[in-house]
Amino acid sequence: MASNSNRSESQRIAQQRLRIIAGHLQKHKDDDSGIIATECKAEANKGTVPRKRQEIMKWNGWGYSDSKFLFNKKGQAEFTGKRYRLSGMVLPSLQDWFENTFGASVNHKSPATPALNASAVPPASLNEAFVEDLKATGIPFSHEAEDRVFRAHGHCLHEIFALREGKKFERVPDLVVWPICHNDVVKIVELACKHNVCLIPYGGGTSVTSALECPPEETRCIVSLDTSQMNRILWIDEKNLVAHVEAGIIGQDLERLLNESGYCTGHEPDSMEFSSLGGWVATRASGMKKNVYGNIEDLVIHIKVVTPRGVIEKSCQGPRMSTGPDIHHFILGSEGTLGVVTEVTMKIRPIPEYQKYGSVVFPNFEAGVACLREVAKQRCAPASIRLMDNEQFQFGHALKPQVSSIFTNFVEGLKKFYITKFKGFDPHQLVVATLLFEGDRERVLQHEKQVYDIAATFGGLAAGEDNGQRGYILTFVIAYLRDLGMDYYVVAESFETSVPWDRVLDLCRNVKERINRECKERGVQFQPLTSCRVTQTYDAGACVYFYFAFNYRGLADPVHTYEQVEHAAREEILANGGSLSHHHGVGKLRKEWMKDSISSVGVGMLKSVKDYVDPDNIFGNRNLL
Amino acid sequence: MSTVCASCLNILVFLTLQQRDPMLKRDGFEDILEERRNSSDLKYALRCYAPVLYKGVTPCKANMLKNIVLQSDQLHYVVNQVSQESGEAPDIIQEEASVILEEMAHRLQISTVRFFAFALTKAFKTLFQHVCVNEEGIQRLQQAIQEHPVVLLPSHRSYMDFLLMSYILYTYDLALPVIAAGMDFMGMKFVGEMLRMSGAFFIRRSFGGDKLYWAVFSEYVKTMLRNGFAPIEFFLEGTRSRTCKSLTPKLGLLNIVIEPFFKGEVFDVNLVPVSISYERILEESLYARELLGVPKPKESTSGLLKARRILSEDYGSIHVYFGQPVSVRSLAQGKVNRSKYNLFPRHIPRKPMEETQSFVNDTAYRIVRLQEDNMVLKPWVLMASLLLQNLEGLELSVLTEQTLWLRGLALSYAAFLDWPDHAPTAKVVSSSLALHRGLACVSGGRVSLVVGEPLGPVTPEEALFNRAVSVLSCASYRNQVLHVFLRPAMLAVAMHTTASSKKNEVYNCFSFLWNMFSNDFILCPGDTVQDFEEACYLLVKTGAVQMPQQDIEMTDRAVLWTLEFPKVVNKFYSGKLSCRRILSEI
Repeated sequence: MASNSNRSESQRIAQQRLRIIAGHLQKHKDDDSGIIATECKAEANKGTVPRKRQEIMKWNGWGYSDSKFLFNKKGQAEFTGKRYRLSGMVLPSLQDWFENTFGASVNHKSPATPALNASAVPPASLNEAFVEDLKATGIPFSHEAEDRVFRAHGHCLHEIFALREGKKFERVPDLVVWPICHNDVVKIVELACKHNVCLIPYGGGTSVTSALECPPEETRCIVSLDTSQMNRILWIDEKNLVAHVEAGIIGQDLERLLNESGYCTGHEPDSMEFSSLGGWVATRASGMKKNVYGNIEDLVIHIKVVTPRGVIEKSCQGPRMSTGPDIHHFILGSEGTLGVVTEVTMKIRPIPEYQKYGSVVFPNFEAGVACLREVAKQRCAPASIRLMDNEQFQFGHALKPQVSSIFTNFVEGLKKFYITKFKGFDPHQLVVATLLFEGDRERVLQHEKQVYDIAATFGGLAAGEDNGQRGYILTFVIAYLRDLGMDYYVVAESFETSVPWDRVLDLCRNVKERINRECKERGVQFQPLTSCRVTQTYDAGACVYFYFAFNYRGLADPVHTYEQVEHAAREEILANGGSLSHHHGVGKLRKEWMKDSISSVGVGMLKSVKDYVDPDNIFGNRNLL
Repeated sequence: MSTVCASCLNILVFLTLQQRDPMLKRDGFEDILEERRNSSDLKYALRCYAPVLYKGVTPCKANMLKNIVLQSDQLHYVVNQVSQESGEAPDIIQEEASVILEEMAHRLQISTVRFFAFALTKAFKTLFQHVCVNEEGIQRLQQAIQEHPVVLLPSHRSYMDFLLMSYILYTYDLALPVIAAGMDFMGMKFVGEMLRMSGAFFIRRSFGGDKLYWAVFSEYVKTMLRNGFAPIEFFLEGTRSRTCKSLTPKLGLLNIVIEPFFKGEVFDVNLVPVSISYERILEESLYARELLGVPKPKESTSGLLKARRILSEDYGSIHVYFGQPVSVRSLAQGKVNRSKYNLFPRHIPRKPMEETQSFVNDTAYRIVRLQEDNMVLKPWVLMASLLLQNLEGLELSVLTEQTLWLRGLALSYAAFLDWPDHAPTAKVVSSSLALHRGLACVSGGRVSLVVGEPLGPVTPEEALFNRAVSVLSCASYRNQVLHVFLRPAMLAVAMHTTASSKKNEVYNCFSFLWNMFSNDFILCPGDTVQDFEEACYLLVKTGAVQMPQQDIEMTDRAVLWTLEFPKVVNKFYSGKLSCRRILSEI
């Protein structure tokens, strides 16, 4: 009893001191004193993402509220808003493609619940002492239902589907905090440890691995630590071509701000509009232009992470070190289980002088894969090279905007005639590789010729810049398209893997076949869409990305069916020599396979790191292990 | 349209064994000779033949196939390996591989197939009354061929088997199989080449240590399988069973055709067990002689021509039952972890892992068991069993009565019995005796085995030999029904031997017998308990045994005939003992 009252006494004193310190800081708001304080507030929140994300983003779907696909009164698809190249355009072929591919109809709508039903959200169970201490720090926080729900999910199908259906939530964060700098995070983590509160770091919220889902069994107060307001570039070092950046910055802001100084990171994951630097580090992200710039692990020079044990960082910025196992690799891919990434020093490059898209059509997928393999062998891959299968090629075509001029129409027709009739490509077999070259003009042209020459030896025909560019647009709008599908009884999801070259074809074929069969066996009434593309090439293998969608009319529990099929597809991937994940991560969705993937000793190693760094499981999102 | 073979209609035995495959429901048959007898053979041989292939692949020319094999990574690897070991230049080894392939490869030609279609129709019409095929099985096969690479696994009782298979597939406009045949056939002038041109490929009987041969062979088979150019056909039993008892399966080829699935090169492989049952086997007495040590006549064209005389005899009917395709994928589910194949280059030959080996072994046994299940049994098979229990002969009336009784028993054990509808038992018995007059004769109301052809005076040795021939020939019919009674019989023996009603004691004895006979009969590895339970179930079902709780007791009614079982089993048992005695003396 005595010790208890002692503790509360000391707590009281500590809180008072904190309040005093906070008071000092606030008092100096307008002064220049106090380095930490300055650092924190200076030019805070210039980023795209406001604290109230729901003001500009959909609460139950992908991306900006103003941008969405819809079928207008004439039944034609259009993309609303002004943000994208496709925005405001009419897509005349999309309806046909959609109806034919899925057996869906624009007359059969499955609309989403229009607004969040606050009663479906469990009340916040707050740790009062923690809240009290948090208030003293002056770090903004909220326990409004909208804020909490927004951070209770990523973008897995089941998560979005539940939001649209207005399902009751089992567990959502109880509190959301918005630190604006490293020191804020240090304070929050200290308080969390002190009050035994569970912290879940939240970056861009684009996870597709159930990584953001709150463990239902978590009884402590769950605090979502939203890093979005830590979004500044702290400095740029042009001598070493590195920039020191706060980890909450999202891809598009990072690129835009660097561009203002003539630089770029070149790291462009498909989610870069919304995903954050810290998130990239925590999941081992991969960018589409990794062939020139590298994946996130190649790009980071220095990482600062706040853990319950303190801050991890290296003492210098040497480009490579032999100092035992690289501690960065404990952090890269840790998925928020060890701490919060607060600041990152990463490589930057001058903006390339010249950029050129391109595309090559091949008579079939086999020829395309053989060509990509050869390109990888000769190590002459352009910044990006992707091979879309026939289904995706047709999908891409369905997204062609209305062409105003008769001439363009005519040219398109002529091209089609040349490829299918003159060259004898079967329109239901042919595939297209999309290319993106970067560098100085001369070198780009030379490089382009080299790649096209290789393609020609595999029967590939150059098919123009337009087709290439369209392929990349698809990757940015695909998530918006999923929302459209869900309006009409179609559920869709993507998943990825990496696989040695010699198994690429077998894996693609077997996984597609497995999906088709599982769908049939589980009573899916319509032929599913299964499509894949080879999105990255490496010396020893490739990254393969699958799209999978089906019309769920007639199914009692489409999400469950979907999950069973995806589970089977992942087993098929693993049985065919594919990895558990190339860049999406493990989260909670794929935990069950970790032991098989990295051996039980491997899991034990990761566990012991977790046990040391975070013995009380403060970072309790239960991802990975 | 052919009409449904009347005598076959009654075969629809819808007995479901709860403890075994709940799908044990058999299709009806149609006689494919019926139509041949009523239309032009030439027109049939020349008709349009355009089978559907796997996923609509275009058929591959034999030469192209050879090139794919010779240029494969798999073969290159072994060629280099052999070249390094032997010091010969890779070119020379590669040339050797090419020669091996030339010797092995089939050269399927539609014209030859048409010739066979014509000639076989003529022959079949004289030799057989009916050739019955389950058309539902054919439909299933057609579906399977389009979806997955298919491996046809027929039982092997006669030289006729593979010609018959191709003949049936041709008749139903299905893709013709490529067939693994023993090198012996190649020795036959002209005929060997004819077989080659009808889809046979030839493999040496033994090539144990020959890496190159194995590489060429397995790559050849796998290439055909992976690309789905044609169904692959081979005999799991490895050779013709001279005793009509299913032989324990050989695993080499099965390993080869299953491996592409484990390596992810194909989504699935479908194994189709085919049961071919002959009412009278062409090689009947030949087999008995072979078993007695008379060397097998070498396969030769002149031999074949001499065998023409069989054309004048009646061989009854043939039943070909195409079983349910077995998906290797579903069989392997949970048994083989395919990701173990991820860590080794797929083109480097490796000994199959233990897990795989036992899976393949298990699969092979299961397939042979499925073959057994769908073997059509004729009344004569039951009669032969009874005759062998009474070598001194028995009254016709007794034989008739006992045959009827045995029929009831066999049916309750789910035997696939072809018993003519609406015919009095006496008639069934007499027509069976007529067909097999070479084996049994009726004189003075007594039925006994025919002993040899008494041409002039015979020495006692010759007489003994002749008697042995007829006993063995007869036994080969009895053996066809063994699989039906095997498990209950072993249980009956176990019960007699232990003379105890303790279930576990009986089981121990059963298990001993099971192990002892595991090389003589098709007993799936690891199925001891299941077989024991099946046996209990069957004996209880027929009222021979009661099983109060942990006990197992014989009923009064059982005494009569459970005594018969041990006799049969004991024959094999004592046979085994005397073999051992002879061996130990040597």
